[in-house]
Amino acid sequence: MAESTRELLTRSIFRRNPIALLILGICSALAVTGQMATAVVMAICVTLVTAFSSLTISIVRFQIPSTVRIGIQITVIATLVILVDQILKAFYFDLAKQLSIYVGLIITNCIVMGRAEGFAMSNPPVASFMDGIGNGLGYGFILIVVSFIRELFGSGSVFGIEILPLTTSGGWYVRNGLLILPASAFFLIALIIWVLRTVDPSQQEKD
Amino acid sequence: MADASPLKPFYSVLVLAFVCSALVAGAVVGLQPLQEANRQLDRKKNILSAAGLYREDQPIDRLFAGIETRIVELATGRYVPEDRLAPESYNQLKAALSTELGRSLDAAADLARLRRLEKYSLVYLVKQGETVQQYILPVRGKGLWSTMFAYVAVDADLNRIRGVAFYEHGETPGLGGEVENSHWQRLWQGKRIYADSGEVGIRVVKGKAAEDGAQAAYEIDGLSGASLTTQGVDRLLHFWFGDDGFKPFFKQLRQEDTSNG
Repeated sequence: MAESTRELLTRSIFRRNPIALLILGICSALAVTGQMATAVVMAICVTLVTAFSSLTISIVRFQIPSTVRIGIQITVIATLVILVDQILKAFYFDLAKQLSIYVGLIITNCIVMGRAEGFAMSNPPVASFMDGIGNGLGYGFILIVVSFIRELFGSGSVFGIEILPLTTSGGWYVRNGLLILPASAFFLIALIIWVLRTVDPSQQEKD
Repeated sequence: MADASPLKPFYSVLVLAFVCSALVAGAVVGLQPLQEANRQLDRKKNILSAAGLYREDQPIDRLFAGIETRIVELATGRYVPEDRLAPESYNQLKAALSTELGRSLDAAADLARLRRLEKYSLVYLVKQGETVQQYILPVRGKGLWSTMFAYVAVDADLNRIRGVAFYEHGETPGLGGEVENSHWQRLWQGKRIYADSGEVGIRVVKGKAAEDGAQAAYEIDGLSGASLTTQGVDRLLHFWFGDDGFKPFFKQLRQEDTSNG
């Protein structure tokens, strides 16, 4: 395990993306990608939670009895998520209103737990922190691509700014109804996985 | 990671639980005032936008200064004096659930599918000097998935709608979620609530509303692809402008008007 800091940060964006290669964190990727603003905030929240939970777990990793380690990890993660939720409600109320249920669901986001158990338990704090940030960035990359497509063609806007005037608001663009619904993210994520694995064949699974 | 003693897991978990709960409790208590202020601002913003008074470049509190908050007893339509129920601290949704401030609704009367209704409701009066120009009423009702919350602004003639703001719902984005659409909400302006017979005449119809003729003043376009949400909006209007809702309040206001005049 001699990966450099840079390596830890960047490998999770394309080469070992948590969504595209590890297929973790799909549930929230469906739910929050209808609009870019929510996707970006969600990505930031998940990045912070993953980084700090990995950091915390890694610092105390020699004190954690292996019999109760999962319970301890989930407690640390839940605490961080509640802190994020409270801070959002206090300072970014409009976003918190849109995100509230999804922020709570970060606790069950498999990426956070997966990195805590899979990396932080056996690596030093700084590397774990960087690994957390990297995985958050990888998650955020997919979220932003998916939400860009969904918001542009589903709602005719990017970051809430109107690009294609919708017929429901007196314009000419007939929205794509499928892209508004969360299930459409399945198709988009599958396409992204296809592209990534075609460009980088080492990601393909062997039969 | 050899576990030295069988008791070690207990200690570790205890320490962790203590530290985490201290952190969470600290954050909740410490940030509470900010969060409450945000909720209040958000509520005021929604009320202002129903009345068409919201301006992005002006502080909400200043805009809200011209609005008086009162509490009305729904059954009689009379204002409740402030020393009995203070508008600042009255929580309408909690009141609906409590035994003394709320009551359960019969299935037949419960058009908006609320199950329980509060006996007292907040109302907001937009005043210019001493005369009331608009009454802003909080309404709610079930759509397809969720309870939809809105403010409806009614003109001082107690019949014309001045504006509406749906501010909280969990309907399908893009379909029923279009209750948020400001273009659709603008269609409400100028619609009449009561027919000449005194019955609730306003309707949210499936598809396009009548363009002209006798019905045009009462009909609002339904939301396409969202029949059940549309039906929910229609029912909540019938409920809140009916006898269990604000109709007695309007009646009371008209009586006061004639006795004063």
